[in-house]
Amino acid sequence: MVAVGREMSSAKLAARVRKMHGGDAAPSFLLDLDVEVPPGITILFGPSGAGKSTLLDCIAGLIQPDAGRIAIDGEVVFDSEKKVSVRSQRRQIAYVFQSLALFPHMTVEANVGYGLLDAPQQARARVAEILQMFRVEELRGRKPREISGGEKQRVALARSLVTLPRVLLLDEPLTGLDAELKASIIDDLRAWNAAHKIPIFYVTHSREEVDALGERVIALEHGRIVSEGTPREVLDAPRRRRLAQAAGFENLLSGTVLDLREPDGVMRVRLADSPCEIEVPLGHAAPGDRVRIAIRAGDILLATEPPKALSARNILEGKIVSLQRRSSLVAGRVDCGAVFTVHVTPGAERTLELAAGKKVWLVLKTHSCHFVEG
Amino acid sequence: MNIEALLLSIRLALCVSAILFVVGVPLAYWLAYSRWRWRFLLEAVVALPLVVPPTVLGFYMLLAMGPRGPLGKLWHAAFGHGLAFTFAGLVIASVLYSFPFAVQPLIASFETVDRKLLDASAVLGAGRMRTFRRVILPLSVPGIITALVLSFAHTLGEFGVVLMVGGNLAGVTRTVSIDIYDRVQSLDYASASRTALVLLVISFAVLSAVYGINRRAGRRQWLPWAAK
Repeated sequence: MVAVGREMSSAKLAARVRKMHGGDAAPSFLLDLDVEVPPGITILFGPSGAGKSTLLDCIAGLIQPDAGRIAIDGEVVFDSEKKVSVRSQRRQIAYVFQSLALFPHMTVEANVGYGLLDAPQQARARVAEILQMFRVEELRGRKPREISGGEKQRVALARSLVTLPRVLLLDEPLTGLDAELKASIIDDLRAWNAAHKIPIFYVTHSREEVDALGERVIALEHGRIVSEGTPREVLDAPRRRRLAQAAGFENLLSGTVLDLREPDGVMRVRLADSPCEIEVPLGHAAPGDRVRIAIRAGDILLATEPPKALSARNILEGKIVSLQRRSSLVAGRVDCGAVFTVHVTPGAERTLELAAGKKVWLVLKTHSCHFVEG
Repeated sequence: MNIEALLLSIRLALCVSAILFVVGVPLAYWLAYSRWRWRFLLEAVVALPLVVPPTVLGFYMLLAMGPRGPLGKLWHAAFGHGLAFTFAGLVIASVLYSFPFAVQPLIASFETVDRKLLDASAVLGAGRMRTFRRVILPLSVPGIITALVLSFAHTLGEFGVVLMVGGNLAGVTRTVSIDIYDRVQSLDYASASRTALVLLVISFAVLSAVYGINRRAGRRQWLPWAAK
């Protein structure tokens, strides 16, 4: 567990944390991991309850790990063995909470200037500069309740970064924003960090965000790191049900293996409680085994006429149960015996005249069907 | 109507409110954020005057302030005269009597400040004092006003404690409620009813102000006679 020579590594943030909840007698939850965050964005990804926020709270000094060691830029801010625990206000860490926690009684300008101890004039200049960088300078006199969600997020980022922190912690700060707004805020954040090059630890449970920003992803589950790497490496290998759900495999279906066709590298699976049979890549399973299949809603094609002459092996007939409009996509539920979630674009919804009750065909490529262990 | 008694009561109420503010704010802060396991005991002590009859409280205060009581001896050593039946004695007794009316609204409003704001303040480099001054206090203004107004109103109307500790010395300890009682005893109903009406009007005005402020602040503050 203890990595010797941590100090030698180039990581700007190194944290080894163990944290127990529920006391020694009945530990209900355990955070037990060892992470390094280099300069740039690192995504901490996992389902809710995996311990993501707890880890950030430990790094920020808002809660005490039971054991471990946390160092920023080589300076130890927590060490359970040496009984070191630097207070939050001395750690020079910026932390943007999910709720943003803007001070409701202060203007945008006062919020952003809160962490500055410079002389008033100097502070005002720095505040003005960062407000401009995050494109909220015209809001300086407003109160948080008078600005939009996206503006609040920009202000919260500006407030954290104006203090020139050594690390930035972001706890799902962009939840609830549409993709375009999110992207533009991330661009501004990247622009800021191009000059400052600090480690940014970004917590999310959204696969889209991982795809959009990740240079590096750490997947967390039950307080432990389950995989680490590029977004592709982490997202495309769902190994457990919970992670698969978190990873945006909207369809997680159980079924029984019918037969293996080893020469073709596939096996046939009958989905539980339905007559649907689908072909999936060969996995470690035998006929009769119960398995789970994970399929992304975006990987399923939808047709309003029986498709012909396709390479895809799985074509299922069904009926639309419901359609739900999200920011930039339409999520449809289709009953083919088993119920699938399918994502289509708003344009496709219009052209195909999709509506609840309409008969449709779903097309699943074999390799879009991921075999998940039990 | 006895103007002298009314003015005395108002002077007493102002003194008590001021002292309760100075003592109550740090105590309420500590009670709101302490994780001390015996905290509840202190909370119970603070709330005691709500349930203990004023005469009982007054009786103990009288014993403590008497020439042989600890408080009385201390006071005598410091100022050369006794404490019982003086304005100062009245102030001390009233402070204790009105304690929950100041401290409990303060605790309630400190506790409703979003903890995430305190975390944000700490992460931004602010120590406890700065967080208290710049975040907790401004967000607790309605609670502070409630505390001040309730201490004032409660002291204005007290009777039992004053009678026990202060007696009935005109211009020194004869407060407005004692004066009303006096007038009734001497069958001067007309004067008693005038004074009583003034007190009623003042009390109503004060409470309307408190409820009005809380309504504008958009949240419920602790009020002893309001459902939580």
